[in-house]
Amino acid sequence: MRTYRDEAVVLRTHDLGEADRILTMLTREHGLVRAVAKGVRRTSSKFGGRLEPFGVIDVQLYSGRNLDVVTQVDTLAPHGRSIMADYGLYTTATAMVETAARLTDVEHEPATQQYLLLAGALRALADRRHASTLVLDSYLLRALAVAGWAPTFASCARCGQDGPHRAFSAPMGGALCTDCRPPGAAAPAPETFLLLGALLAGDWSVADGSDERHRRESSGLVSVYLQWHMERQLRSLRHVVRA
Amino acid sequence: MSTAYEGAVADLIAELGQLPGVGPKGAQRIAFHVLASDTADVARLAEALIQVKARVRFCVVCGNVAEAEKCRICVDERRNDTQICVVEEPRDVVAIERTREFRGRYHVLGGAINPINGIGPDELRIRELMTRLADGTVTEVIIATDPNVEGEATASYLSRLLGSMGLAVTRLASGLPVGGDLEYADEITLGRAFEGRVTMRA
Repeated sequence: MRTYRDEAVVLRTHDLGEADRILTMLTREHGLVRAVAKGVRRTSSKFGGRLEPFGVIDVQLYSGRNLDVVTQVDTLAPHGRSIMADYGLYTTATAMVETAARLTDVEHEPATQQYLLLAGALRALADRRHASTLVLDSYLLRALAVAGWAPTFASCARCGQDGPHRAFSAPMGGALCTDCRPPGAAAPAPETFLLLGALLAGDWSVADGSDERHRRESSGLVSVYLQWHMERQLRSLRHVVRA
Repeated sequence: MSTAYEGAVADLIAELGQLPGVGPKGAQRIAFHVLASDTADVARLAEALIQVKARVRFCVVCGNVAEAEKCRICVDERRNDTQICVVEEPRDVVAIERTREFRGRYHVLGGAINPINGIGPDELRIRELMTRLADGTVTEVIIATDPNVEGEATASYLSRLLGSMGLAVTRLASGLPVGGDLEYADEITLGRAFEGRVTMRA
């Protein structure tokens, strides 16, 4: 099979040579794919506009020896257009695609769930269905859960005792009861735990009704949790303008 | 690749291989071309390389490449002081100058906002732009960043920042390339061309 076709979200692009670009895409069937798009930086390019980050595309690729080559593209959802017109959405979306690239770093290893999650999150962001900070935190928590680092917010992460609990520790995996609580664990508000649980479960009626204060606290916890389990800093997270 | 060669030739091939767009084979070809050239030609090339590093600096006002403290455009008194065109790279200044449409001043940001590569607003020359706008001479800022996601995001960041300053903030139009076919245009470009359609004068 020399050519194959798939649905994909463009995660990021690198310039290559005179007018080419290397695309990093998360595909539905083939996981993370890096491919060359030839001549797309020329203003006369027929498909340059379709290969911008955040867009969902239907793409045909030719398997090259090293990198695949994009031969045809069609737009399925041009999320990039509404996202790039709003600086807050743009910074939020970059944090999401960076996370997706980090969590699926083996090329051609199918990651359909991660793909569906990312495409859904970008659509929610582009349609402004919910506050962008909630969409981001919900995406991050669920992407981590799919990758195998699901946090717990209702029961104790160590002994499994039912909550609600008052302590949170990223290294331990979420909420902790008074017996399992390590020294120096964070003590977030009960409403923050409720919000985190809702974001992980996708319970938007609870999340949309939450307070600014608890949103900020849960964002902080999500970011600590994410960076602890990915074992590195997410570069774009510090540039996110929350709204 | 260059390990098969020795000494000076290997060094040259290794150095040439660092250049953008030059691969191992290309580096070999250039190296042997240099070897076969006149000593005077090679000396001229070497001199040009040394001089570009020694003489060229960045303009203190706009950030464009310059041979003195200010670039040619910033010292030119015939240019219009009320308009500033904001671009990403010095190369973009040259591209706009070629159109002969614009007679104002420029401001080079030095890139576009790209959080994944760790480039936020603070890494660009946005503070310098705000200082230039502070005295009120400028009445229009034309944002000419690249029409890709990073460039558009930079443009929306700037327009938000400048919106409250009481000056006109404009963005270069996007649309169909001259000499192209409508049916081949991608839907994003065509959509933008529709949004930015202009009234025909009778």
